[in-house]
Amino acid sequence: MPRTRLYPLEDLEDIPGTKVFTALRSRQGYYLHKFCMSLMKEANREEFKADEKAYLDKFRMTEEQKQAVLDRDLTKLIDLGGNMYFLVKLASTDGMSAQKAVSATSGMSADEYAKMMLEGGRNPAGIRSIRDKN
Amino acid sequence: MARITAGIATSHVPAIGAAIDLGKQKDLYWAPVFQGYEFVKEWIKKNTPDVVILVYNDHASALMMDIIPTFAIGFAEEFLSADEGWGRRPVPVVKNHIELAAHISEQLVIDEFDITLINEMDVDHGLTVPLSLVFGQPEEWPCKVIPVCVNVSQFPTPSGERCWKLGEAIRNAVKTFPEDLDVQVWGTGGMSHQLHGSRAGLINEEFDRKFIDLLAHEPEELKYITRLEYLREAGTEGIELIMWLVMRAALGYGVEEKKRFYRVPASNTAVGHVVYEAKS
Repeated sequence: MPRTRLYPLEDLEDIPGTKVFTALRSRQGYYLHKFCMSLMKEANREEFKADEKAYLDKFRMTEEQKQAVLDRDLTKLIDLGGNMYFLVKLASTDGMSAQKAVSATSGMSADEYAKMMLEGGRNPAGIRSIRDKN
Repeated sequence: MARITAGIATSHVPAIGAAIDLGKQKDLYWAPVFQGYEFVKEWIKKNTPDVVILVYNDHASALMMDIIPTFAIGFAEEFLSADEGWGRRPVPVVKNHIELAAHISEQLVIDEFDITLINEMDVDHGLTVPLSLVFGQPEEWPCKVIPVCVNVSQFPTPSGERCWKLGEAIRNAVKTFPEDLDVQVWGTGGMSHQLHGSRAGLINEEFDRKFIDLLAHEPEELKYITRLEYLREAGTEGIELIMWLVMRAALGYGVEEKKRFYRVPASNTAVGHVVYEAKS
């Protein structure tokens, strides 16, 4: 007998404003992530900065993913399978801190977000579950 | 025989590494974080081990892309600091204890942990930030380091219970290594944090403090926190705390808590840190 799950898999989708990085999302983001990881070499960062579109065309990403990279739309990139650990390489290439990259997906300005963190971060009350509204 | 004498847990926030590398430890923002590590920096001088088994997660630097092992062990003679998009951190080369790593690998598989061996990889902030926090900025790291990587990023991730058993298996493996070695196990990552979306910046101080409260002497119930509960309570990246369980289990039944520290924030994250000495 297989061991039973401790919670239904669908519950991973029951967290407000959160895309849990599942195996299927990882597959959706695979070529986007190939691009992100290529930015771990200085020569590649230079090539990307010199002609972003031409560099992106070397990867088997969807056009939508490429456009979101060009737009630096991190929220969109997460919707398209992206994971922050990969995307932060793009932010770093732009000289952007991890905190700024994260705040860019939060719907808050970087300053508002930084202030919230200094004041103890975001309280989990009310944002644990979409279903239970707790 | 080799023995596990102590354990350390600490968050491994990349911005902490940058603050060290750029000499910002005394800045208003960073000083309260680094103050929490003054104890361990003194303590380690008298308690420098021969080997640290350092449990961390790779952040899409060497793993997570083409190959996603649940548990993996670094099996190269040495490891360079990874270029995570802004150049390599200026830290010493990390040197492995390859014979102990081989022995642990062999024993883990006997113990039903089919661990992946990694013959080549760079190590990212998950491994180098804890070394910097504890050892400062030496020319060479003062001990050997065996990297143990746990997948905490891509679901399915291992359960807390499984991580606990891995810690026990590491303990049994070290105890059967014939060389006289002082070994520490470090668990890294956490505490609560979430790095994307409208819940980004989530911090659950109550959850974090309870985790630290229970870890030393009543860790049993921590083993059964589900991955879903970590996500809900501690954010998508709070699940890194399962790596603290590997450390705690590796120390055996009784520990003496020498230090605990908690501070919000460092960048997006709640920083937690403990130092335990093994009693048995």
